[in-house]
Amino acid sequence: MSQQQAVLYDAQGPRARRRTQIGTVVAVLVLLGLAFVVYRRLDERGQFSMEKWGPLIDPGNEVFDSVWRLIGTGILNTLRAAAVAMVLSVVLGTLIAVARLSLGRAGRIPLIGLVELFRGVPVVVLVYIGVRVLPDVGLDMREWPGGQVFWGLIIGLTVYNMVIFAEIVRAGVASLPRGQREAALATGLTNWQTMRIVLLPQAFRTMLPAIISQLIVVLKDTSLVTFIANYDELLSQGESIQRNLGNPIQTFFVVALIYIAINYALGRLAQYIERRQARAGRSTEQPAETAGLTPVGGAPVGGGA
Amino acid sequence: MSPVFDNIDLFVDGFLTSLRIILYALAGALPLGVLIAACRVSPIPPLRAFGTFWVTTFRNTPLTVVLVFCAFGLPELGINRSFFAFGVLGLVLYTSAFVCEAVRSGINSVPAGQAEAARSIGLNFTQGLRFVVLPQALRTVVPPLGSVLIAMMKNSAVVGAFGVGGDLWSTGQRLTSALGYETLPIFVGGVAVGYLVITLTSGALLQVLERKVAIAR
Repeated sequence: MSQQQAVLYDAQGPRARRRTQIGTVVAVLVLLGLAFVVYRRLDERGQFSMEKWGPLIDPGNEVFDSVWRLIGTGILNTLRAAAVAMVLSVVLGTLIAVARLSLGRAGRIPLIGLVELFRGVPVVVLVYIGVRVLPDVGLDMREWPGGQVFWGLIIGLTVYNMVIFAEIVRAGVASLPRGQREAALATGLTNWQTMRIVLLPQAFRTMLPAIISQLIVVLKDTSLVTFIANYDELLSQGESIQRNLGNPIQTFFVVALIYIAINYALGRLAQYIERRQARAGRSTEQPAETAGLTPVGGAPVGGGA
Repeated sequence: MSPVFDNIDLFVDGFLTSLRIILYALAGALPLGVLIAACRVSPIPPLRAFGTFWVTTFRNTPLTVVLVFCAFGLPELGINRSFFAFGVLGLVLYTSAFVCEAVRSGINSVPAGQAEAARSIGLNFTQGLRFVVLPQALRTVVPPLGSVLIAMMKNSAVVGAFGVGGDLWSTGQRLTSALGYETLPIFVGGVAVGYLVITLTSGALLQVLERKVAIAR
């Protein structure tokens, strides 16, 4: 933060400081004014009534327990879907990346095509294909643990994210010093051993922040299933709560807050790891090239979804 | 494939509606994102805090939640607009946070020495920004901003799935659920291809642009 200010302006002298102080007062007044307008509007419409908030914040309310049980199941289902999709995407993405790095040109071109193809399609379309189209063409997922919609969602999310991970892992391997691979080969490791023992572990370390950032994207994308089918994740649960209680603003406020809390924590974790690696990187002279990858969640045609 | 060609006029309409959503969202999200970025790098603490709050909120909330907030929350406050307007509004708010971060990281990527050098040869704040910092920042901004915007184009499908009628997504939905077409050709051959046309074209344009503005650092 302090570095960014240094780019645009010098340390402030007395006149600039006074200007900043005046600006601060004006900005505070304007922002407070805006907040007051919103507050008035909410208040006029009775949005602060206990009737609307009670089920969410008052433990004495008769539906408080069932509302929070619904939200709790929602959180669990969201996390479960995100975790499974994440693990599958990382595994498949790594396989694609390794294949792309080790195959000759003949094998690489179809893989690049695959990557470009899946990256260009909206994830909601892929989730729809997973949930609706695959069963139509004969893939019966009803017997799988978790059920059809769950696995449809997982397939959609995985297909979309595995190609993004493939790019992240590939960039990670490419950012390693060339000597690493050369040394490994020189000690007599095979290509595959070099990849598995030397390159991938290091690549994963550098890529960890980018991987966590992508986890945020996956977590947010699980909510897309709301528009497609019945899977009781967080947003769907919020939907059914507000349909019964008639308090959309309050319910979705709580739902949004839960998403923000989870994702903010993940984001901070990514930042923390990145900073720690940058420190460690200086002593071992490892180029930390993750910086360019993390801000919008990765690859060039990336996943800020 | 023939179910797609039988309804090609519907798909073309849907394609154009999707483009309309994208253009409106672009017109809203770019200026708003730049404005928030300006707040975040300004010397005035409350504005910085506001920018940070905005980005934290909209980056960590799923687009779907922003959309339901707009469509079900705003009417409670007596704001009634079409689903289309709510959809575009949601997409604008959500995307602006990502635009802001792309722009801000661009400004931060300009080495501090550049601005210092500009000041030391006597340029004032505006001149330094205009002739030294911004031209360099804009170039670094192009790739991340491009990928944010392409993500936004894909997100327009979420706006469609949310219930805005007539776009590519809704067209596929209508053909399969109301008119009973098979889902596979419609969604893989029609909807997915439609979005691919948008994203791959934009991706190619972006690469041309990147090559044009690329600078060696």
